Amino acid sequence: MSEHDEATVRAEVRAWLEANWNPEYGLIEWRTRLIESGWGAPHWPRQWYGRDLPVAMNAVVDEEFARVGAVGVAKAGIRTLAAATILAHGTDLHKEKFLRRILTGEDTWCQLFSEPGSGSDMAGAVTRADRRGNQWVINGQKVWTTSAHKAHWGLLLARANWDVAKHKGLAYFVLDMKQPGVQVHPLKQMNGHASFNQVFFTDAIVEPEMMICDVGDGWTVATTTLMHERRGADGLRSWATGSDRKGRIYEEERAEVATTMEPYKWYPQRAGRVDLVLERARETGKIDDPIMRQEIARLLIMSKTAEWTARRARAAQEQGRPQGPEGSLGKLVSSNVARQAARVHTYITGADALLRGKDSPMGGVIAEILVSVPATSIAGGTDEIQRNIISERVLKMPKEISVDTDKPFRDVPRNIVSSS
Amino acid sequence: MRFSFTPEQEEFRAGLRRALEARSPTKEVRRLMATEAGWERDGWQRLNSELGLTAIQIPEEYGGQGFGFGELGIVLEEMGRSLLCAPFLSTALAAMAIQNAGSEEQKRALLPALADGSRTATLAVTEDNGRNDAAGIAMTATQSGGVWRLVGTKSFVLDGHTADLIVVLARLAGTRGDSGLAFFTVAGDAAGLDRRRLDTMDETRKLARLQFASVEASPLGEPGKAAAAFDRTMQQAVICLANEMVGGADRLRQDALDYTKMRMQFGRSIASFQVTKHKAADMLVDVEMAKSAAYYAAAALDEGDDDLPALAALAKAAASEAYLQTAIHAVQMHGGIGFTWDNDTHLWFKRAKSSEILFGDANWHREQMMRHWKH
Repeated sequence: MSEHDEATVRAEVRAWLEANWNPEYGLIEWRTRLIESGWGAPHWPRQWYGRDLPVAMNAVVDEEFARVGAVGVAKAGIRTLAAATILAHGTDLHKEKFLRRILTGEDTWCQLFSEPGSGSDMAGAVTRADRRGNQWVINGQKVWTTSAHKAHWGLLLARANWDVAKHKGLAYFVLDMKQPGVQVHPLKQMNGHASFNQVFFTDAIVEPEMMICDVGDGWTVATTTLMHERRGADGLRSWATGSDRKGRIYEEERAEVATTMEPYKWYPQRAGRVDLVLERARETGKIDDPIMRQEIARLLIMSKTAEWTARRARAAQEQGRPQGPEGSLGKLVSSNVARQAARVHTYITGADALLRGKDSPMGGVIAEILVSVPATSIAGGTDEIQRNIISERVLKMPKEISVDTDKPFRDVPRNIVSSS
Repeated sequence: MRFSFTPEQEEFRAGLRRALEARSPTKEVRRLMATEAGWERDGWQRLNSELGLTAIQIPEEYGGQGFGFGELGIVLEEMGRSLLCAPFLSTALAAMAIQNAGSEEQKRALLPALADGSRTATLAVTEDNGRNDAAGIAMTATQSGGVWRLVGTKSFVLDGHTADLIVVLARLAGTRGDSGLAFFTVAGDAAGLDRRRLDTMDETRKLARLQFASVEASPLGEPGKAAAAFDRTMQQAVICLANEMVGGADRLRQDALDYTKMRMQFGRSIASFQVTKHKAADMLVDVEMAKSAAYYAAAALDEGDDDLPALAALAKAAASEAYLQTAIHAVQMHGGIGFTWDNDTHLWFKRAKSSEILFGDANWHREQMMRHWKH
């Protein structure tokens, strides 16, 4: 019988939990014991807090944890992207210094990729990394940085060589966020929340050993981070559930989850809250209006067919068949659904849609939908980029003609306001 | 099974697609659509006996193969893709009405000839008012001396001018709405039946107007109690049509995409323009979403889902919008040549248009969906 056999894994984790789990522990104290056992990140290498188990076994381990109410390692937020990137590209020094504290939740992380001058074109970053003596000196600005004001460490993509082509001159660093050269300012969004930050670097320092891979490999490393970001996007909401059990360790975990998830609290509204539509239409009597019924039906059709199309993609994946084109459409479709949902909520709400907050329906939830939906078609890859991806990768249409990849980056035209 | 097909089903689809590509190229579609009948008995019977198409959804005890709507949906999707000119949908709808309304004895008497393809059939519900619901049925059935007779007119009847057997929905004199509905069967050559082919915008889909001047008819099930069988038959009809439609939409989408890749303007393929690429991406979204709805509804039918009335309406509304939108884009992507008779795009454009309206348009089905929505 293989050591990766489900029954064996289940028995092992169960025995370990029986011998070790105790809700009287403090959160960090417990997680420190947990990660030494390898059961905190079973799919990681044995050498680094794991057990070399297939990813599929995580579900079995999670079930056993849930059965006894045992708390797991810190999973929410950018720290998981940091861990995945460091595991893939980091040196032993990086793994030694960062992985343990990622799992215990002692350190929080942020991702310093997007800039005011490079959104969809992320490889066009112009934040500078210059060598001064033995150190790297960072100058420039990042934006859309979730939780930067709380983070201990940042994953930084910066330009270290301006004389080579766009993708070749980037370096990838781990940056200490708690230093004088780093200033974090909240970025207020059109919906009034400030879930993100702008981060300014003025001669911020990075020690040379905190570069991951070499100058020129930064884009490759960033691709790893982004791949895990996309993969994790669906799981974001599922992390948001702390246990509702009583006891100190659970309270500590709930506080951690609440802090990490705080920036995401308007995300359900961003997706359009299709779940509220029929209830609201009944409350307001608009359910009897034939035009409203048409609009609601259009929305329900879009929302249901989106759900079923995602299920088709997942079914193909589960059966080990190549995904058809249906697997690449979800992001674009979610924008269509969100926009139609905002239209419908507006029609249903009528004059009350002029208001927000306590003066408006559902204590401001409807108002928040109307001003949050525009984020859906921009964040995580704009609709335009999604259409490029679908047409090039799925439909095999010609790639965009590139005008900036075969010349030194310093010769590439940039925004008139950008610095270099 | 709502989200994937089995390997056997995929294999069946692939074989069918190859056969229909060989047997129903657009040259053949154009030849048949110009004939009075719109199809040819010899060619259709040969194809049908090779592939067993009309037998698919008919149970084994009535001479069929006893497959479900999943398989029937595949057949229709592939026929929609190839625009096969044959009385398949019409015969399948009649077979469904017979299964839903008929007695055991009637099923045994009527279904085997439809299953083996020796007889064709159709379902005559709609009248001159164009409605697809009970309120639109005015044709009256009266019994005298043990003989039932039908008086009235049916219109927009699929293959109505050539069908060997016609399943007719009428009502008992003096009834209204759902009460008093009755299915009958009438032979295509019955005395007093006047059949006229209508001049259809979509030449690949022939429709007829049937005038019944006191035509002798055989009851199918108990006269006056057909409401439930009628509802179920129409739900099955729109699910079948939706599956046929997504096949046509996908074919149009693919053809338009291929054309943009070979068409050069301004020194580059027009497929390299972002405006074309984004339109092609949106077309893929439209078609795949409509497919999901059509597949889901067909599976719901096989699994006996309570929500069938809403799911059927959803699938037809989704297919109506997606197919027509795809057709509009497809003509546009072809440019001038897409507006010519010689280019094949208009064949599917017209099928998109006729399918959009047949058995109720998207507005009507969205309203039906809202009435039955349980989620």
